[in-house]
Amino acid sequence: MKAGIVSYGGYIPRYRIRPKDIGVVWGADGEAMGRGLNIRAKSVPGPDEDVITISVEAARACMAKVDIDPTEIGAIYVGSESHPYAVKPTATIVAEAIGSAPVLTAADFEFACKAGTAAIQTTMGLTLSKMMKYGLAVGSDTSQGAPGDALEYSASAGGAALLIGIDHAVADISHTVSYTTDTPDFWRREGQRYPSHGGRFTGEPAYFKHVVNCAQLLFKRAGTTAEDYDYAVFHQPNGKFPVRVAKQLGFKEPQIDAGLCVREIGNTYSGAIMVGLCAILDEAESGDRIFAVGYGSGAGSDAFDLTVTDEITKIRRDATPSIKEMIADQVFVDYATYAKYRGKILMREA
Amino acid sequence: MAIPRFWREIQSRYNLIGTKCGSCGKVDFPPRAVCPTCGRRSVGKMQRMRLTGKGTVVTYTVVHDAPAQFEMQKPYVMAIVQMEEGVRLTSQLIDVSPEHVKIGMKVQATFRKLGQEGEAGVIHYGYKFRPTA
Repeated sequence: MKAGIVSYGGYIPRYRIRPKDIGVVWGADGEAMGRGLNIRAKSVPGPDEDVITISVEAARACMAKVDIDPTEIGAIYVGSESHPYAVKPTATIVAEAIGSAPVLTAADFEFACKAGTAAIQTTMGLTLSKMMKYGLAVGSDTSQGAPGDALEYSASAGGAALLIGIDHAVADISHTVSYTTDTPDFWRREGQRYPSHGGRFTGEPAYFKHVVNCAQLLFKRAGTTAEDYDYAVFHQPNGKFPVRVAKQLGFKEPQIDAGLCVREIGNTYSGAIMVGLCAILDEAESGDRIFAVGYGSGAGSDAFDLTVTDEITKIRRDATPSIKEMIADQVFVDYATYAKYRGKILMREA
Repeated sequence: MAIPRFWREIQSRYNLIGTKCGSCGKVDFPPRAVCPTCGRRSVGKMQRMRLTGKGTVVTYTVVHDAPAQFEMQKPYVMAIVQMEEGVRLTSQLIDVSPEHVKIGMKVQATFRKLGQEGEAGVIHYGYKFRPTA
């Protein structure tokens, strides 16, 4: 018996800002920064969007593809590092907004950028143990980089929801494995508005060590190599790290192209790998194998070995816009508008 | 707004839950306890009904002088939307610039932040409408 993805849905806000337009404000060469990060634009949430609205839109897109009664969902977990409330769950609002409440359990998860994949593993356990029929795992963020900081060029907004269950999975999760250590590469202290990071320390001892070790554990457990997969998707804090780690693990460019959304929308943090996975599921065919490794600072990786099933032809994949279509639906804003939308301008109390 | 007042309306605001009169079939939004047409004949027959969220712009206005909480969004569009079920409601139109709004435009409900009780207060969520994809 295997747990798998029964349905999926993503959401990306339509506003975008280019690295060039960020750099010009801080006296930096934004275009060069964008090239270095392999990011052409990043998504910006509208003034009335936050992790709750993004999670609800993603969850609704997920439920629109299938004829499943939302009251059959036994658990909703929302992973994010930008929950609008410090105390009061995002998950309860998602539950109410998709019609799953009140007979379910719900909670918010936090593990930097991998809180969403942690939610996938939790719901796998709950469905495999038959405690419930379905669980909904959501990863979404409206991440913030401090003004002028390198993170400001990549920190964006978006999210995805995966309905996890046993029956009629569009993609079976054959194996999952995690790799976790205490590594202080990126953090945000209670009450702080912007996160802090260890600069270059976020690379080798953090992202690369965890992703590579976790990926190799998964290869071992699944008895596979990079060549066995049609698609691969990695956490994508920028467009450079996942390309490099894919190469190190033996993957070729065509395998990672479909899931590498960061180039057009930036780093959606908890949403990043899940949005990438949704973009792959938008085009995958029965029998395709997907290799997915997330990463969350602090630090840890969750890896998944997925196989797409015949069920992919039975769900309504076109019920909502595809990730590709959402990426293409873009409205560019300047830095002043971005600053206004992101609440970086000090206003009088309304 | 008092917390219970908004909380009471969550079903309608999140999921467009209205009522359908079991006597004459008229749909109301927000929900009613009694049908205004059928009066006591409708008592006990009002059924909960979820609107599809699809509608058409009947008329609209562009707000340039916004209340404090909407300063960030001005100019913004408020519209009367006729839902597929026949009932009309007033809502903000988003994801469209004012010059592109047209009477008769097809719209669909979306989930957005409506406002908040200050920086430390409760955040209110609910429907707004965007052009149909």
